[in-house]
Amino acid sequence: MNAPPGAPHDHTHFRDDEASISYYRTMEIAVRELLVEKNVFSLADVRAQIEAMDARTPARGARVVARAWTDAAYRERLLANGAAACEELGLELGPLKLVVVENTPQTHNVIVCTLCSCYPRMLLGLPPDWYKSREYRSRVVREPRRVLEEFGTRLPDAVSIRVHDSTADMRYLVLPMRPTDTDGMNEAQLASRVSRDAMIGTTVIDR
Amino acid sequence: MKLQANHDMGGLTAGRIVPREHTYEPWEKRVDALMMLLSNKDRQLLKVDELRRNIETLGPSAYERMTYYERWMHAICQTLVQRGVITLDELGRRMEEVKARGALPDEGAG
Amino acid sequence: MQAIGMYGIEPRGAPHVEACFHDGDAVRVRVAFPPGHVRTPFYCRGKVGVIERLCGAFPNPEELAYNRSGLPAQPLYRVRFTSRDLWPGLNAPHGDVVEIEIFQHWLEPMEAA
Repeated sequence: MNAPPGAPHDHTHFRDDEASISYYRTMEIAVRELLVEKNVFSLADVRAQIEAMDARTPARGARVVARAWTDAAYRERLLANGAAACEELGLELGPLKLVVVENTPQTHNVIVCTLCSCYPRMLLGLPPDWYKSREYRSRVVREPRRVLEEFGTRLPDAVSIRVHDSTADMRYLVLPMRPTDTDGMNEAQLASRVSRDAMIGTTVIDR
Repeated sequence: MKLQANHDMGGLTAGRIVPREHTYEPWEKRVDALMMLLSNKDRQLLKVDELRRNIETLGPSAYERMTYYERWMHAICQTLVQRGVITLDELGRRMEEVKARGALPDEGAG
Repeated sequence: MQAIGMYGIEPRGAPHVEACFHDGDAVRVRVAFPPGHVRTPFYCRGKVGVIERLCGAFPNPEELAYNRSGLPAQPLYRVRFTSRDLWPGLNAPHGDVVEIEIFQHWLEPMEAA
């Protein structure tokens, strides 16, 4: 299902779609061919880009979170400058500016982009469909508690909610609270407890 | 007159969140890759805000009807034409050629 | 004026507008509806918030959208709004807030009370 895109063996997988190839798929092929002919990039560049994309999964964000849970000084650096702290772990964020927002017993954070779909893709990969949906983008800034309930997350009124609307050059990652049943776990074990949605802030990690 | 642009939807009422996600198809990833390559600092043939502007100028009904990467493909294409990187003439001809070939979505990418 | 924020000036060394708000300052988002590519959400226009932090200075996206330089770079702030101010009548808990990145040219100072 996750065969390397663009690899020749994908062709058999797509034969069924041959008749219904859509307007925009046709456009993608045409534009890509034209740009390769104009030496804007090569097919190898496209493949490399997709491989890099496939390598970016929520496991990256989870590594950052697990380190912050186990190393107080790292946590400080992460909250002070997200991108620099990620680079310490070999996670190159490119031009991305990262603001890490920390959940506490008093405050819960959740991220959204109401204008388009800005997302910490270098740490979490491509966003899920619901993150880009009209429903999520419209509602989470206005009624975050009801939206979180739809994700099964119920927060008492005593816990304040901070919604972060990614409207410009910053990207956000939620640093969830460390579950209480994780004493003695190593970083890898901790990372396996960190879900993508907990780093978006729509869920909390069960403790 | 409606002053609130269609894409600027924060605070509007909307239905329940459907926790939908799908494994991105190869063609969707290639559209994403096109954007990343064109906006790369070595090429600078597309700015992310140009992409967004070209998405935002889709009419409301097109915006809602099209899938996410269809909107991106539309906007990448518009930007390239606006910048003179490709012409509509060559694009139109090439798209017809691609159709006539009965090309598979992955043709030429492998 | 305050030192440009933690994320610096983008692109590095580019001409930029000096930052005129400080953390904690109350600001009002300008009310304007220019057609085009604007990154100030409709729902916060005319609302009063507080500067949470200065992020840095970045090219103006309204200009980048037309393939211009967007320079001088504009100071970008994270502005904190209470949910009660944004959505009067919804009676959100007092601590609930929404934080939005807003460029300086969309902000005006609140007169000192």
